[in-house]
Amino acid sequence: MTVDELQQLVAKEQEAKQRYKSCINVCVATGCIMCDSERVKEAIEEAVKERGLEKEVIVKGVGCLGLCSAGPMIYVEPEGIIYHKVSPEDAPAIVQGLISTPVERLVCPSEMPFFKRQVKIVMENSGTIDPERIEDYIAVGGYQALMKVLTEMSPSEVIEEVTKSGLRGRGGAGYPTGLKWSTVAKANGDRKFVVCNADEGDPGAYMDRTILESDPHRVIEGMVIAAYAVGAQQGYIYVRAEYPLAIKRLRTAIRQAERLNLLGNNIFGTTFSFHIELRIGAGAFVCGEETALIASIEGKRGTPRPRPPYPAEYGLWGYPTLINNVETFANIPSIIRNGGDWFAKIGTEKSKGTKVFALAGRVVNTGLIEVPMGITLREIVFEIGGGIPEGRKFKAVQTGGPSGGCIPEQFLDLPVDYESLTKVGSIMGSGGMIVMDETSCMVDVAKFFVEFCMSESCGKCIPCRVGTYHMHELLSRITSGIATMRDLELLEELCDLVKNTSLCGLGQTAPNPVLSTLRYFRNEYEAHILDKSCPSGVCPIRRLEEVPV
Amino acid sequence: MRAPVRIKTLTIDGKEVSAKEGETIWQVARENGIDIPTLCYLEGLSPVGACRLCLVEVKGANRLLPACVTQVEEGMEVTTNSERLVNYRRMILELLFSERNHTCSVCVVNGHCELQRLAQRLGVTHVRFPYRYPDLPVDASHERFAIDHNRCILCTRCVRVCDEIEGAHVWDVMGRGIKSQIIADLNQPWGTSDVCTSCGKCVHVCPTGAIFEKGKAVAEMEKRRQFLPYLTIMRGGKQ
Repeated sequence: MTVDELQQLVAKEQEAKQRYKSCINVCVATGCIMCDSERVKEAIEEAVKERGLEKEVIVKGVGCLGLCSAGPMIYVEPEGIIYHKVSPEDAPAIVQGLISTPVERLVCPSEMPFFKRQVKIVMENSGTIDPERIEDYIAVGGYQALMKVLTEMSPSEVIEEVTKSGLRGRGGAGYPTGLKWSTVAKANGDRKFVVCNADEGDPGAYMDRTILESDPHRVIEGMVIAAYAVGAQQGYIYVRAEYPLAIKRLRTAIRQAERLNLLGNNIFGTTFSFHIELRIGAGAFVCGEETALIASIEGKRGTPRPRPPYPAEYGLWGYPTLINNVETFANIPSIIRNGGDWFAKIGTEKSKGTKVFALAGRVVNTGLIEVPMGITLREIVFEIGGGIPEGRKFKAVQTGGPSGGCIPEQFLDLPVDYESLTKVGSIMGSGGMIVMDETSCMVDVAKFFVEFCMSESCGKCIPCRVGTYHMHELLSRITSGIATMRDLELLEELCDLVKNTSLCGLGQTAPNPVLSTLRYFRNEYEAHILDKSCPSGVCPIRRLEEVPV
Repeated sequence: MRAPVRIKTLTIDGKEVSAKEGETIWQVARENGIDIPTLCYLEGLSPVGACRLCLVEVKGANRLLPACVTQVEEGMEVTTNSERLVNYRRMILELLFSERNHTCSVCVVNGHCELQRLAQRLGVTHVRFPYRYPDLPVDASHERFAIDHNRCILCTRCVRVCDEIEGAHVWDVMGRGIKSQIIADLNQPWGTSDVCTSCGKCVHVCPTGAIFEKGKAVAEMEKRRQFLPYLTIMRGGKQ
């Protein structure tokens, strides 16, 4: 493909789109597919055919529309009507609604804060383009950034632009992306690799999956730009096997990009060549840790190794390797198209841009949201999330999955950025956000996450392998009401050990859920131990007199 | 022209020492008579930094560093024996003792065991964690040797010596977390392994009585690992 051919394709696609009067976009990401959106789509196609509107109405499968709890979702263009909880039987009414008035009972008010308060960069095309058609992505400006990079910019200019944007790693740790790129670019090596980490595994988090299912080309474009910037020839996307739809769409996307020569040898007719292969993870959470991920790609047992040396100098097969998260790569095309300064205007002083969160737990609107950095937790939970259902009282919000912590009510006005969340004992993490109300027991929550870390520990280092086991045992004693205050002391001592001596991030952060709940909800621990009761009524503590002899 | 060998000077436990560039803290400490405890590291095998017993404090570093893989740097100030480190080490040993069934009184290496020796040296007198008492097998299918998983601490020295020195790669690890276990081939009985050369290297690098020679009674098994420095030197590596 040449530059002219790309522009011709854009014009052709836009012209084709204008021939249709309206466009019915049905969400076909995993969340809605679970609620039968594929049948909804078929029914609508049928209804369109019945009315003989094929020439005027186009029915499209698109990516996630965000409000996953109210699926299947439909978005009608150009009117901008959002329907929710649609069933196949509603299809004729929806098609009729194109001519007359929209179906009142299915309309989801697009004015609601859930939609209004979001700022979309990574998810900008999600819900409007067909993830299985590269032409759709190109029509909305896709691969323009790559063209600009390859024809107008030098690798160092690309890195400069990314550095200027202030983008930080969206995998959780928040390492400056520009700095990482320049380290890999400067590293010596006759071969270099770019790896996309799509081994998302935090309980309740599905941001990366949705990005890959909704707009896979965006990630590929970001990777090719990264490869050009650091001088890599080969890339891998490490995606977990539990994401079959994301894998399928990625495979399709890679094939389409190769066919249009946006991937492969001599991209855009330049001397730059880059290939991408998929690697499917076999279900180990620890393989999201970069050194374990590298070992897994190499075909070895997925266990981490001590750093330094960091993958930037010694990565895949010993070559300099750039590893970034899905969301990080997905930000790149926008940064290149609009400039680093544009991106740096969004967010806070140290955390730029937007962040995608999977809002889950005890909130009215659960789903996927993209918000600017610096928004407060209160705005996320009570405005976008719509508050706690059934008038119950908010207790805490858990961020960062098993590596994060619980943030209590007094910090609800905290701006969401990397530093603030760390300061209160949690982390930004990859984007899982679980809201808890007064019916959640914080000891039970801590136990849940410790159990997760225990079963996902690789077993290489002793503190994580045996330490998380005993942490779980001690927490089980507490939740069953047989623990003593000495057990609590031992638990705290153990948390300190595991945190400070474990080999990799999994072990080093495994105590965080315990430490943060101990910090803010120590009274709940003490109630289990001293009063032998669970304040939230979650843990099945039986009083001694109730135990049959 | 000859490439220059750079010399670094640093202090370990207040003692000024010099080292060649590329040496690890562990090596330099040992050259200077400071013995940093370890159970997974063995000179001649690749370091894995898994047992976490050799963690040391380095001034200016925001976390503890494993001495077996951390290379020396000019002006480093290393502390190997602070109270905090000793406490951590004791607790790691406690975790190990609680993990499997370590009963010294009936063990073939009683008196010659690295785990036992280290526990004595660090003054581990009791274990605060409940013992797990797992039900683990003994594989005595090999003609001359046996592996008792009850005594295994998963240091993976056997895995590494078999792969890196003998070149047979009989051993590996299966499962994860607390369920990890050393396996021969693809979890076959050791005696049926076609690739095992019966060289016995794994027996002698094993720090505990997990891998031992048959026919040895309690306390009779002594590990001889003189072959390892010898082989390393003969192959042109440094010792």
